[in-house]
Amino acid sequence: MWRHVVRTLTKMVVTLFVIVTLVFFATRMSGNSIDYIIGESVTQEDRELLTRYYGLDASIWTQYLKFLGSFLDGQFGLSFLERRPVSDIVAERVWPSLQLLLSGIGLTLLVSIPFGIAAAIYRKSWIGSAIMTFAFAGYALPNFVLAILMVLVFAFTLNWLPLVGNGTPWHFIMPTIALSGALIAALTRFTRNAMLDVLSQDYMRTARAKGLPERTVILKHGFRNASITILSVLGLQVAGLAAAGSVVIESIFSWPGIGDLLVSSAIQRDYPVLQFAVLAVALAVVVINAVVDIAYAYADPRIRLGGA
Amino acid sequence: MSDTALPVRHGAANKPGHGALANLRGIWREANWIQRLALLIAAILLIIAIFAPLVAPHEPTAQSLIFRLRPPIGFDRFRDGYLLGTDELGRDVLARCLYGLQLTLALATMGACIGLVLGGGLGLVSGILGGLVDDVIMGAVDAQIAIPFTLIALLMLAVFGSSLEVMVLVLGVYGWEQYARIVRGEVRKLMQMPFIEAARAAGASGGRIAFRHILPNIVSPLVVQFTLNISNIVLLESTLSFLGIGVQPPTATLGSMVGIGRDYMPTAPWIVIAPAIMILLVTFAVQILGDWLRDRVDVRLRNR
Repeated sequence: MWRHVVRTLTKMVVTLFVIVTLVFFATRMSGNSIDYIIGESVTQEDRELLTRYYGLDASIWTQYLKFLGSFLDGQFGLSFLERRPVSDIVAERVWPSLQLLLSGIGLTLLVSIPFGIAAAIYRKSWIGSAIMTFAFAGYALPNFVLAILMVLVFAFTLNWLPLVGNGTPWHFIMPTIALSGALIAALTRFTRNAMLDVLSQDYMRTARAKGLPERTVILKHGFRNASITILSVLGLQVAGLAAAGSVVIESIFSWPGIGDLLVSSAIQRDYPVLQFAVLAVALAVVVINAVVDIAYAYADPRIRLGGA
Repeated sequence: MSDTALPVRHGAANKPGHGALANLRGIWREANWIQRLALLIAAILLIIAIFAPLVAPHEPTAQSLIFRLRPPIGFDRFRDGYLLGTDELGRDVLARCLYGLQLTLALATMGACIGLVLGGGLGLVSGILGGLVDDVIMGAVDAQIAIPFTLIALLMLAVFGSSLEVMVLVLGVYGWEQYARIVRGEVRKLMQMPFIEAARAAGASGGRIAFRHILPNIVSPLVVQFTLNISNIVLLESTLSFLGIGVQPPTATLGSMVGIGRDYMPTAPWIVIAPAIMILLVTFAVQILGDWLRDRVDVRLRNR
């Protein structure tokens, strides 16, 4: 168990280091990024002044060391456009993103767990194939197309739902559905497969032979064992999918979260903001993955006790 | 190493005495109705994409300011010759859809080829050499899996600018880790086989073993991955262009048409609906065919 934890954490630290280094050098490869934010009319002296102001006059290695140091003192620099610390800009975006993410994951669990279990139990009848067709459709439907079609119908044609912002509960409906579409499709498939694996186990027959009601057999003996796998998939796959989905969905609905910030800072070439936001999301995903990995190892006695 | 051109024949349906046509007929007979539908859609889309310049009634960038925002056939104010209507600059929506489809598919094919060569090459090296090289490459694969690719794409496009060349590069890098993982796994398995040992004993060089003995044996899983990769790339390209950081106007891809058209949705929804349906058709067809191919080729995945 401990060996597994140490190995997972080592891998996490190495991955984080690789990400930080790549992000740093990627944003520096475009030359002096000052040129993107100043107009033609700025004099050479002002340009140099600005370059020094943002610390871009030092050698690239000095900048790199300073960048690594910023993880210790929390000074990640200023936004080119807003002249505010990037950490402040990103921080105020965290809560809206988290709200949308949680409501998306909530809807995903609510829909895909019952549907996945049903698809496994009724896999030979029309119910099972109907659910899997539905799941497949969700998989092939790009989230931005789903979002746009919903906007067309519910915001413009029927005028039922508000289009942009996150002011009221009504604002959550379309972004949540658009975000969870692909997640529901993925998790329904995984739940079904995990349940199918469990349903063919010997202990299920034993439970039935004991005379337990079918409900108890499926939920207590079946689903409880499958849930470990399902939760780990949720953590590993969904963290990545949700991060990618949030970028698109938040941008469409002008949701004031990190995804919207990523797109706008990429378009406006506000490198300090983009760099920090990319790092923040990547770190979150990597850390979640590591936590899920360790939790999974802990939940699985074969790994916890086997010392693998 | 010079005799390494690879005319590999494979596939279970490739029996002697049958031509490609008979082969196709066999595939058709084996398919269920949804797979037949996907095959038909894929064939039609491919043909109209390839022959877009012949099929399209107008130039995709030709504007006519008098006939702006005209609806498709069957609606009031429909203008003859503009079957699917016109956009905010009076450009033919049908023509832009056709050229957009062409560019989307061309970008996806190029991207998947680059990913195949890049990832497959790294996987091959990793699997054959092993040791430290293997550790480094697999470490990179793990890191890549951990980071959502959308972030990398955003970063690359912001830094290098949203030109077509950069798009090809971004789409090419996408999915390399999947190829690398598959190839490495297969290579490691094959390296244990007696025929590789025999080749080595006969004095074959590392390159000869890689290209003549190992590569032909891992074609099937690579074909499957290639198909899945194409569908993922179509999605990524559409998404990036939709967000306005991918292919730039006036060049049309399906994604950018939806992205720009959303500003006109209340008054001219056809600008969005036409390319959106095209995207759905593409992803539907490629996904179905990809899944089907995987079931046919890879017995181990059949029950997933």
